[in-house]
Amino acid sequence: MIKVQKLYKKFGENLVLNDISATIQQGEVVSIIGPSGSGKSTFLRCMNLLETPTSGTILINDVDLTAKGANINKSRQQIGMVFQHFHLFPHLTVLENLTYAPVKAKGLKRPEANQKAIELLKRVGLSDKAAAYPASLSGGQKQRVAIARALAMEPALLLFDEPTSALDPEMVKEVLDVMKDLAKSGMTMVVVTHEMGFAREVADRVIFLDHGSLVEEGPPASFFANPKTERARGFLEKVL
Amino acid sequence: MNLDFAQIVPYIPFMLKGIWTTLQFVFVAIILGSILGTVLALFKIGSIKSLRWFAEGYTSVFRGTPLILQLMIIYYSVPQLTGYDINPFMSAVLAFGLNSSAYISEIIRAGIQAVDKGQLEAAQALGISYGDMMKDIILPQALKNILPALMNEFITLTKESAIVSTIGYLDLMRRAQVVGSDLFRNFEPLLFVGFLYWCMVMVLTVIGRMLERRLKLSD
Repeated sequence: MIKVQKLYKKFGENLVLNDISATIQQGEVVSIIGPSGSGKSTFLRCMNLLETPTSGTILINDVDLTAKGANINKSRQQIGMVFQHFHLFPHLTVLENLTYAPVKAKGLKRPEANQKAIELLKRVGLSDKAAAYPASLSGGQKQRVAIARALAMEPALLLFDEPTSALDPEMVKEVLDVMKDLAKSGMTMVVVTHEMGFAREVADRVIFLDHGSLVEEGPPASFFANPKTERARGFLEKVL
Repeated sequence: MNLDFAQIVPYIPFMLKGIWTTLQFVFVAIILGSILGTVLALFKIGSIKSLRWFAEGYTSVFRGTPLILQLMIIYYSVPQLTGYDINPFMSAVLAFGLNSSAYISEIIRAGIQAVDKGQLEAAQALGISYGDMMKDIILPQALKNILPALMNEFITLTKESAIVSTIGYLDLMRRAQVVGSDLFRNFEPLLFVGFLYWCMVMVLTVIGRMLERRLKLSD
C-alpha cells in the first residue's frame, strides 16, 4: 500500500531523515514514536508531500508521489491528514468544513456531500454541531471534526500528526476512542504519537525513529517488552 | 462675519450632482484597484520570480510618486503619445485605480501572510488546488483581518478624488470652485462640499462596520 524507499530529507545542512525505508500494508495501523526532533513528523509529512523529500521515493498504491509530473492533488485526495493543531477552516461551519473538499476536489453533489458529512459527524459523536463554527468547539471536538473532515474524502490512508498533543488531558480519550474505532474498522493509519498506551493497544506495528534514522520496528508487544536496541530501551525508560 | 448661505441655495442641485460624478469614478477606481491589487498580491507571494519583480517594481513606482503627477501624466501624455483623446473620467479611473492597486496589493499581501500556515497545509492535504485554496480558504480569512485597512484605503481614495478637479473633471470639488467664482464667494460652497465629502466618508465607515460584523459571525 505505502512503500517508502531510501528517504532522505535535509533542511539546509541539517539531515532530518536519513535513509528511511518502510512498508505499510493495507489495513495496518502503524505508530511512529521517538524523541522530539527525531524526524517523526517530517517523515509523516513526506508521505503526502507537505515536505518535499530531498531524495527517495514514496509509492502509494504503486503511484510514485515523488515522480516528476505526478498529480499530487489527486494523490493527496486519497491520503487524509489530521494535524496536531486541527487546522479546521474557521470561517466555515462544521458541516461546510466536511463538505468543502469532497465538493470542490472530488466533484460530489452538495446533497450527497451533506448527507455523508452528517453520517460522519454522527460517527464521531458530533451530529449536533453541524451548524456550529469551529471557534465554539472544545479542542477534543475540533479534533474529532478534523478526523471527520479527513474521512469525508474517503481516503485509503489516514495520517495523524500528534493528534492528541495539543489537547487538554480530559479530552485525549474522546479523540483516541474515535481513532480506535477507525482502526477496528480496518482503516490504514499511520500515527505519530506520544501516547504509548495507544501505540501499545491499537497499533499493529511500532516504528521507532531517532536522529532521523529508523532504529527499530516491530509489533508493539515485543517492542515495549524487549526492545532490541539500546536507543529504544533508553527512550522507553524515559517515557514509560 | 460675512457669511450668507442663502446665496448658494440656487446652486445646491448643481453641487449635489457632484456626489454622483465623484462616486462614479471612485467606485470604478476601487473595483479596478481591488482586482489589480489582488493580482499583484498573488504575484508577490507566488513562486514565479519575474512576476514577483514586476509587482515589486510596480508598487515602488506608484507608491513612490505623487498621485497628482500620475494623473497629469495619464491625462496629458496619452493624447500626445497615442493620439487618443482620453477624457477626464478615463484618466481619473486609471490614475486612481492603478495607484490604489499598489497600496491594496501591500495590504492584501500582509493579510495573506498573516493567515495561519496550517490553513494552507490543511487545504493541500485535502487535495485542493492552489486556485481554489486561495479563493475559498486563504483570501476570505485574509479579508477579515485586513478589512479595516482596506476601508481606510477606500476612504483615502474617496477624499483624494478631489484632485481630479485639476484636470477639469466636474466632481464635487470642481463644482464648488465653479460656484465660488460665479458668486465671488468661496467659503460657503467649499464648506458645503466639505460637508458632502464628510457624509460620503461616514457612509463608507458604516458600510465597513457592517461588513466587519458580518465577517465576525464565525468567532
